[in-house]
Amino acid sequence: MTLALKTETPPPAPAKPRQVTQSHRFDAELVAVTKRYGPGAPAVDNISLRIPRGSYCCLLGPSGCGKSTTLRMLAGHEEVSDGAILIHDQEITHAPPVARGTSMMFQDYALFPHLSALDNVAFSLKVQGVARGERRARAKEYLELVQMDHLAERLPSQMSGGQQQRVALARSLITRPKVLLLDEPLSALDPFLRIRMRAELKRIQKELGISFIHVTHSQDEALALADLVVVMNNAVIMQAGAAREVYETPSNAFVARFLGGHNVVQRAGGGEASVRADQCVIGARPGLRSLPGTVSMIEYQGTAVRVSVTGTDGEELTALMPTGAFFNDALELGQSVRLSWDPADEHPLG
Amino acid sequence: MLSSQTSPSRATIPPKLASVLQVTPMALVFLALVIVPLGLIFVVSFLDYNFAQVFPELYLETWVDVLTSDLTLALYLKTFKFLVIVWAITAPLGFAIAYFLAFHLRSNWLRTLLVTAIAIPFWTSGPIRMVSWVPLLGREGVVNQTLMGAGLIDEPLGWLMYSEFAVLVAYVQMLTMPMIATALNSMAKIPPSVIQAARDAGASEWQIVRDIIFPLVRPGLAIGTIIVTTAIMGDVVMVKFMGGSQVNTVGMSIITDLNAFMYPPAAAKSILLLIVVLSIVVSLLRFADIRKELRS
Repeated sequence: MTLALKTETPPPAPAKPRQVTQSHRFDAELVAVTKRYGPGAPAVDNISLRIPRGSYCCLLGPSGCGKSTTLRMLAGHEEVSDGAILIHDQEITHAPPVARGTSMMFQDYALFPHLSALDNVAFSLKVQGVARGERRARAKEYLELVQMDHLAERLPSQMSGGQQQRVALARSLITRPKVLLLDEPLSALDPFLRIRMRAELKRIQKELGISFIHVTHSQDEALALADLVVVMNNAVIMQAGAAREVYETPSNAFVARFLGGHNVVQRAGGGEASVRADQCVIGARPGLRSLPGTVSMIEYQGTAVRVSVTGTDGEELTALMPTGAFFNDALELGQSVRLSWDPADEHPLG
Repeated sequence: MLSSQTSPSRATIPPKLASVLQVTPMALVFLALVIVPLGLIFVVSFLDYNFAQVFPELYLETWVDVLTSDLTLALYLKTFKFLVIVWAITAPLGFAIAYFLAFHLRSNWLRTLLVTAIAIPFWTSGPIRMVSWVPLLGREGVVNQTLMGAGLIDEPLGWLMYSEFAVLVAYVQMLTMPMIATALNSMAKIPPSVIQAARDAGASEWQIVRDIIFPLVRPGLAIGTIIVTTAIMGDVVMVKFMGGSQVNTVGMSIITDLNAFMYPPAAAKSILLLIVVLSIVVSLLRFADIRKELRS
């Protein structure tokens, strides 16, 4: 599904000057950053992360894992308790938001309700004292980049959620950020628009060549978008790496479970391993490891069928079966079955 | 209104009838307590009168008098003067205090405490509030004592109490609160992310106030202005007590006529006042969508 979307040709965009940058190794760098709100467990606990140049980075995790706090510290909306933050190799840990070279796109868009789309985008130029004609011309360029130039005179209340988001994106980009910060940018959109908008975000990121740091709790979104997926839980980073690396070789049980599509099983020689659900089958076969259980859920998903099997110990395992294979020998809820997999597909967890 | 008992579901009333039934109680109250008395006042303003009596005869001189006399003009000018001065003080003051409460107080607890402190004088009864000015502004009051004690004046200032100044002080004290309330209501609706976005864009605190907060609070200020306008234009109690008998306004002149049993002139002046106030309110409403503002 994701692949099909990526091949979809995006609408042609106007030529944009690339962000001119001096040589630096990383667009953003967190060095042992901690955020404490009071006594007790910190909201972000001693995390370090390097985001290479021109990356699409997704901070992924359940709510309360510290991903939004991390983003807010990058934006300068939250004081850093300990550690340092660098943007383009420059330390900006305590710099005000405007001096960091970051720009935040807010979850609720935070458009100025009394200003037109064009004036919203032009606002940062206005406060810098850029003359009216010039700032409107430049704002228009950025509205073209997000394909909103035809609604330049509309007020936010006269635009749909997706349109407001595009305007918010243009308003962030006009500040020429070195790093764009996006706080759950797609969560307020309907599923169809969400998929279109994420393709758009990726296109714009590639076009501008700057880094995007995108907070999300959606695994699909992170895998579809990110060059660098950072999975967080309980205030720490559980794993950071390329989307495929994190998905295929999760380094611990949390990442395997959270990304979905994985079963966590005990290895024959002790310790835990993950097995991808699409590599599991129902029924015992020679040469395969298997576990007994009862079918607890059957979910038809179009291209595949998801069968959940609850084992004797109460642990739930999932097999993702091709539709054809499933309907050749349809299962019933409550049926006793064995869920099997090839030991060679086991990926040991640390 | 119920249909026969045999009907399986509840009887439904046609939507049109339902709407009529819903507005009827309020319409009756409004008719009996507003429209009918206003109609009577309107009729009385055209009747002939002498001492303590009104004759059912058409007499237009009352209106000619009211509309052409210099006194009417002078009274309106005086009342408008109060209105303009009070507005010019309460609007910026209300905006500033609301701005402080909304954007510069981190503690919700302290904000509640301060809002309550602002509201308490509003809840005390009018006469008590006005009597309380005497120990402060009277000849022997705290202000005069302090100024004399500091050697700044030799004898008590007489114009502090029972004067236009006193009326203005009392108006400002009473009417700053609704300005704060309406401005605060508008400010509370501005999402913090909007302010943060402006700050991120590099706006200074002053630019945020001027370009973001003020335009968004304008409807609230318009409603505050309506409250101030109607309070001052219709006031007699405050002028009477704080001004002694020294200050005359539109409202006071109506009371004077009523006390002299001159009902037709009082009625004509009331109608004129109503028209003036309503015109001001209607023009102010262009700045505010009241329904939108009152929605929480």
